[in-house]
Amino acid sequence: MQAYILRRVAQGILAIFVICTVTFALARVSGDPLNVLLPEEASEEQIALIKAEWGLDKPIHMQYLQYLGKLFRGDLGEAIAWPNSTATELIVQRLPNTVKLSALALIVSGVIAFPVGVLVAIKKDTPFDYVGKLFAILGQSAPTFAVGLILMWIFAVQLNFFPTSGSGGVEYIILPALALGYYNVAALMRLTRSSMLEVLDTEYVKLARIKGVPEWKVVWKHCFRNALIVPLTYFGLIGAVLITGSVVIETVFAWPGLGHLVIKAILFRDYVVVQAVVLLFATAFVIINIMVDVLYAYIDPRIRYT
Amino acid sequence: MTAVQTATDTILEVSNLKTYIFTRAATVKAVDGISFNLKKGETLGIVGESGCGKTMTALSLLRLVPRPAGRIVEGEIVLNGEDILQKSEDEMRDVRGRQISMILQDPQTSLNPVFTIGNQLREALGIAHKENKSSMLSRAVDALRKVNVAAPERRLDDYPHQMSGGMKQRVVGAIAMSCEPGVIIADEPTTALDVTIQLQYLRLLKEIQAETGLAIIFITHDFGVVARMCDRVAVMYAGRIIEQGEVRDIFSRPAHPYTQALINSVPKLEQSVDRLYSIDGQPPLLSNLPEGCRFAPRCPYASDQCYEEYPSSYQLADGHHADCWALDADWQGTPIEEFVPPTGTAG
Ligand SMILES: Nc1ncnc2c1ncn2[C@@H]1O[C@H](COP(=O)(O)OP(=O)(O)O)[C@@H](O)[C@H]1O
Ligand code: SF4
Ligand SMILES: [Mg+2]
Repeated sequence: MQAYILRRVAQGILAIFVICTVTFALARVSGDPLNVLLPEEASEEQIALIKAEWGLDKPIHMQYLQYLGKLFRGDLGEAIAWPNSTATELIVQRLPNTVKLSALALIVSGVIAFPVGVLVAIKKDTPFDYVGKLFAILGQSAPTFAVGLILMWIFAVQLNFFPTSGSGGVEYIILPALALGYYNVAALMRLTRSSMLEVLDTEYVKLARIKGVPEWKVVWKHCFRNALIVPLTYFGLIGAVLITGSVVIETVFAWPGLGHLVIKAILFRDYVVVQAVVLLFATAFVIINIMVDVLYAYIDPRIRYT
Repeated sequence: MTAVQTATDTILEVSNLKTYIFTRAATVKAVDGISFNLKKGETLGIVGESGCGKTMTALSLLRLVPRPAGRIVEGEIVLNGEDILQKSEDEMRDVRGRQISMILQDPQTSLNPVFTIGNQLREALGIAHKENKSSMLSRAVDALRKVNVAAPERRLDDYPHQMSGGMKQRVVGAIAMSCEPGVIIADEPTTALDVTIQLQYLRLLKEIQAETGLAIIFITHDFGVVARMCDRVAVMYAGRIIEQGEVRDIFSRPAHPYTQALINSVPKLEQSVDRLYSIDGQPPLLSNLPEGCRFAPRCPYASDQCYEEYPSSYQLADGHHADCWALDADWQGTPIEEFVPPTGTAG
């Protein structure tokens, strides 16, 4: 198990290194940074000055090494669109908001999806199951921003239960978290249902019943852990869903997190900040996947030994 | 209770059991009115082609027919003097494992892959015995030793995927027998194993039976295994038992044409391979059964009556009877030496 974790972490570090390289390369091919840094009518001297200031006069491999060196020290660069701020400062300000929002969305989706998924599997082909199915289909076909806007319209505009947007107390986070978690609830529920149904039909579940194991224990001990294996693989993707979702939802609800930041940075063509946030999102994605794999190995002993 | 008494007491009495599966398209009459008895310490074989309802019969005896499609629609299953069809689901949990248990067809998939052998064995033991951890552990070790698992102490922490097929099958046996049930059903327990391990396993079952006085219902499609294992045999065809009796009687004088055909398809050492044959044709669909004899389309002796009316039961000897119109006082089945295969596939 330990060897397995070490191997996954080593792979993760390699992946993050590759991501650093790709974000660096993307920032260069997506346009000359000078166009952003300088007005069009800039003189030759101004150009030379700025080039020297941003290290753009050096050959590309030197720029790359410099970039890596800075990254290593935690320096993500000076923001272009936010004067007197570094990208690191901007991220540190907003990161807690995004983490709060995503974590709450994740908890909401897990707490709802797993029990409901198991329940509709046990109650297969009853009205219970049909309602669940309808919910899942609606959830997966509605775009995140639409769900966000609908929730906002019903609960904030019409019923006045929550503020429409912004940040502050808990009342501000609830709607965005629901909107962000909704897609995952639908997907996770469907996956849990189908893998529960598969597991309920296995010989080892039959053997458990033959032994005289009570039905609740058949479901929650013998089935649930096996049935978790499939939805858990999806948890790796949830990282991606939450990240892309948070960009949309944070914008809809004006929630001051990283998604909100990156949209602004794109509008202002601040490649330093965009690069920094993308790097952070990608790293988070890698870390989530390592955690999922470790959890996966814990749940399924067959993975540990191979 | 004396040994003599144990040998004669009836432990299980099944009468007119019907288990249907209700699918959207049709009603599958998987078990369609079967009756048999089982005595303590006895081994009853249930033989028949695949799909004739053997597994569904076994699951019915445990009241574990796949829900919600499957349902026991009629009959009685009297186990230790009580009709288990009258019991609530709660009461059934005291029956399963403790009074009647089952070894499933496929050992490879019968153990839960995410729990250790020890965990699954202790769970089964824990249902019968409420004890502390250490005495449970020694019970688990004993249970494994009984089924000839070497170094059982070390095996307890293994996961199923770390064991061989034969070992898994013995562990499944240990789990099924851990609460010392009076009846155990073995559903084709050796089809997934190779021949040597099969024989070992069958011998092990016999040994355990000799020690404990267990009654066994042995499901197979192989008459060779029946000859080796069973005292009595019931031959199933399309959801019904068409012939049953002492193994000795049925082998010496198989009455029903289907039984004759099955016995003739068992390879015998002195026979050359071209004497072997299989029965032509397919059994009828259990969702669309004919009025008359279900074997008629494949039977060389079929008459008009056979197609019109289900045959009544004909008694050949004490406890030996068969459902066939061709049987009467003049013709009571063919002694096996004179038997000629009824269909044309023989060489
Ligand atoms: N879940 C099910 N739905 C519909 N039909 C089934 C189901 N399970 C079994 N059957 C049918 O019931 C009949 C008896 O099956 P089974 O008892 O497994 O046969 P055997 O064990 O003798 O091979 C078969 O014809 C099979 O097609
Ligand atoms: S009843 Fe008729 S068709 Fe059926 S087995 Fe007997 S002879 Fe053959
Ligand atoms: Mg079967």
